[in-house]
Amino acid sequence: MLKLKINGEETALDADPQMPLLYAVRDIAQLTGTKFGCGLGLCGACTVHMDGVPIRSCVTPVSVAEGKSITTIEGLGSADDLHAVQKAWLANKVPQCGYCQAGQMMSAAALLESNKAPSDEEIETAMQGNICRCGTYPRIKQAIKDAGEELQKVNS
Amino acid sequence: MSTLRSLNRREFMSLTGRAGGVLLLGSSLPGTAMAAGHAAQHASNANDLGVFVTIDQAGDVEIICQRMEMGQGILTSTPQVIAEELCADWNRVTAVLGDADVAYGNQSTGGSASIRSFIEHTRRMGAVARDMLEQAAANKWSVEKASVKAYQHEVVNLETGARLGYADLAPLAAKLPVPDPAKVALKPSSRFTLIGKDVALQGQQEIVTGQAMYAQDVQLPDMLIASIERPPVVGGKVKSFDDSEARKVAGVVDVVRLKDREYPVAFKPLSGVAVLATNTWAAIEGRKKLTIEWEGGDNAMHDSETYKQDLVKKVNQKSKQIRVVGDAYDHKFNKDRTVEVTYTVPYHHHMSMETPSATAVVTKDSASVWSGTQSPQSGKALVLAELGFDPETESDKVDFKTTLMGGAFGRKGKNDFTLEAVELAKATGKPIKVVWSREDDVKHGYYHSVAANYFKAELNADNKSDYWIQRLAAPPISWIFNHEAKEIADLGLSLGFGDVPFDVSNMSFENAEVSTHVRTGWVRAVGNINNHFGLGSFVDELAAKAEIPTREMWMNLFGEDRLFDPRKEGFEGYTHYGQLDEDRGKKEYLLDIARFKAVLNEVVEKSEAEEALPEGQGWGISIGYSFNSYVAAATKVQVVEDTVEVLEMHTAIDCGMVITPDRVRSQMEGAMIMGLSMTLESEITVKEGAVTQNNFYDYPVTRINKTPPMFVHLMASDKAPGGVGEPGLPPILPSITNAIFHASGTRVRDLPVNKTMKV
Repeated sequence: MLKLKINGEETALDADPQMPLLYAVRDIAQLTGTKFGCGLGLCGACTVHMDGVPIRSCVTPVSVAEGKSITTIEGLGSADDLHAVQKAWLANKVPQCGYCQAGQMMSAAALLESNKAPSDEEIETAMQGNICRCGTYPRIKQAIKDAGEELQKVNS
Repeated sequence: MSTLRSLNRREFMSLTGRAGGVLLLGSSLPGTAMAAGHAAQHASNANDLGVFVTIDQAGDVEIICQRMEMGQGILTSTPQVIAEELCADWNRVTAVLGDADVAYGNQSTGGSASIRSFIEHTRRMGAVARDMLEQAAANKWSVEKASVKAYQHEVVNLETGARLGYADLAPLAAKLPVPDPAKVALKPSSRFTLIGKDVALQGQQEIVTGQAMYAQDVQLPDMLIASIERPPVVGGKVKSFDDSEARKVAGVVDVVRLKDREYPVAFKPLSGVAVLATNTWAAIEGRKKLTIEWEGGDNAMHDSETYKQDLVKKVNQKSKQIRVVGDAYDHKFNKDRTVEVTYTVPYHHHMSMETPSATAVVTKDSASVWSGTQSPQSGKALVLAELGFDPETESDKVDFKTTLMGGAFGRKGKNDFTLEAVELAKATGKPIKVVWSREDDVKHGYYHSVAANYFKAELNADNKSDYWIQRLAAPPISWIFNHEAKEIADLGLSLGFGDVPFDVSNMSFENAEVSTHVRTGWVRAVGNINNHFGLGSFVDELAAKAEIPTREMWMNLFGEDRLFDPRKEGFEGYTHYGQLDEDRGKKEYLLDIARFKAVLNEVVEKSEAEEALPEGQGWGISIGYSFNSYVAAATKVQVVEDTVEVLEMHTAIDCGMVITPDRVRSQMEGAMIMGLSMTLESEITVKEGAVTQNNFYDYPVTRINKTPPMFVHLMASDKAPGGVGEPGLPPILPSITNAIFHASGTRVRDLPVNKTMKV
């Protein structure tokens, strides 16, 4: 049994230590908000936070996460108390098919954690590992800026 | 036109699997479930939709969306149309994705057809429900129906000002006879409160909280995950395999050889060997340990580069004429005034973010299937056939549930992956979820056809043209259904090829016979991709030859404003994107030259694409008509040495009447970004019959850092609605390569651009 914290809850997973965290989260913990996109860390659909840092869960063995704190999209905010990124995603009507958006929002939330007023270039650098085939990038950019402003207001 | 009737709770539940409410309305389609009893089920491709609306005790409205959601926003737009005529408060409307059921009418979600083909019907269904609520109120107040009016979830008594909410009226309305939909009044557009307005989108909250259900997210007790090794070459089969090492992997439960299948490839599974495990990782690891020897594969000699050169040769010879105007061959072309060129595009893949997936449970006399598919009824029909159930009498033995699709772009209209799950569930007796890896998806797709488009035209003294020859060679999609097919069918030739609406007195359009060696299939906009890349590039080349602005060249070729009907201009087989009904499309959907010009003017003026630019920068424009919509694009690029940077993109669209403006904009944004990928860097190649690419590292797609500022110019129109999901894409490709030419003098005629320039 591997012990880790997922979305604040102590969790024990019966998984091969080499199993990518993605499959441990989806198949064993049954949290399916985190998505498979490529299996090679190329598209960002599987992005989760490990101790607050965005990682590609499809190429991170679950053993690496042992004893760590993992946040998935299900733990980013709650239905009653959405994260600023989730609110901005709704306000900008970012999602089309929506499949990649969990990864996009996890990457965006991590960016805003350290930089609440990112420039276009900083957004592009932080987000270029997340692919969207529907083409929501222009709205993602705007939503990140909006969420950053919201977070600045909250903090001031 | 189907009729609408009230349903009792039992009927409603039987039809929709949902609890229903107080007022339950369902439309009865000729020859389908409600007309003939629920057992009579065929996949319905009728130009009709079954509509199911319920109002519950609290007055809340639930509308079943029969059309599948893949990102285009139909889960909002179709219910929005019904809610408009129902005069419902949008905040009290919930849309529910319909499962596969013939009662819903045509569920095959493709061809950008959901609004343009069904709006009249969906509006009437909403209007019937409103009419009944109004009648119920009139009865209650003992006044004429003309004295009441529905507005925002209430009916108002125009004489007294009294109001009754839908919660109060629904039980009364449920007892009334259902009026003839053809006779209920539709709202004038001046009274629209929802159509054309940016309403809250259905389903977004679930997406941003990770609760939305996609095919990959289906979880069942004791479910096994299947990872399948498929033959690398189409037509290949397993000769022998050794699974002893695979079975040693912890978590692997079984290894199953899939059945061999015969041509035509249709939507059949590709066969191969499946590793079944308790989790995805074990299935993947087990599969790596398989040793398989393949045989057959009569396509093993296929090399896409050689093949493409053959297509180029074919289009440089006269071939079968599919449209003739005057006689373009009774003329000696003046070399100095003639442009003669060939354009090529490679195979393309959909590359949806969610790879194909389906789940199945099969028992002796029933099956449950979950699939993310554009064609649930076609999928269900295939499942019935696969399991040997009689589609007439045993349709209810298969319960086919739908999920959201994580992108589709045409790929998920083909249910090969759904049948894999069914075949494996039947073979093992266990719940099976088939999950495709990204490599599986890239290597076993239904590809956009590699294509060569040839153009030859002579300019006259007015910089118009009197002589025009156009040829197309590409493997036909019809090959997947008919293994002997060598020509593109009329449907395919109608996609931006035989319907070129130019005022040229001598024209010849020709299509060459070719052999096919991979599974071809619809990719967003289909043949319009290569046909419009060719046409949009060629008009730009003619403009360069004439030394006039590209917009002027288009205008010269369009000629006078008129309604253009390809069937009367030499192409009798033109299919008009399905708008062939005498009483429907005929006039409204003819190609309107004035609308072409307006949309082109709009994009040029809004983008200022005819203004001078610094050295090394250039604008490119193009226009494409597809799926009954008019789209023009303008792209600005900078070329430094041989490196291309896209600086700005504009799209203007006239799609007729707009339902959800924001989703039209989002589709245009998405089309620009997909157009960037296709033009600049994406390509599927085939060597020795097998697809060369694997994943995002060798099928690169546009990322956020290569996405320039984008602008969508949505034109107001009261014309009949056109498609939205696909039409944005075709003009993007030539707008980019034309811009490259105007920035650098380099003409790219063979896509993608990264074969000859840096991107």
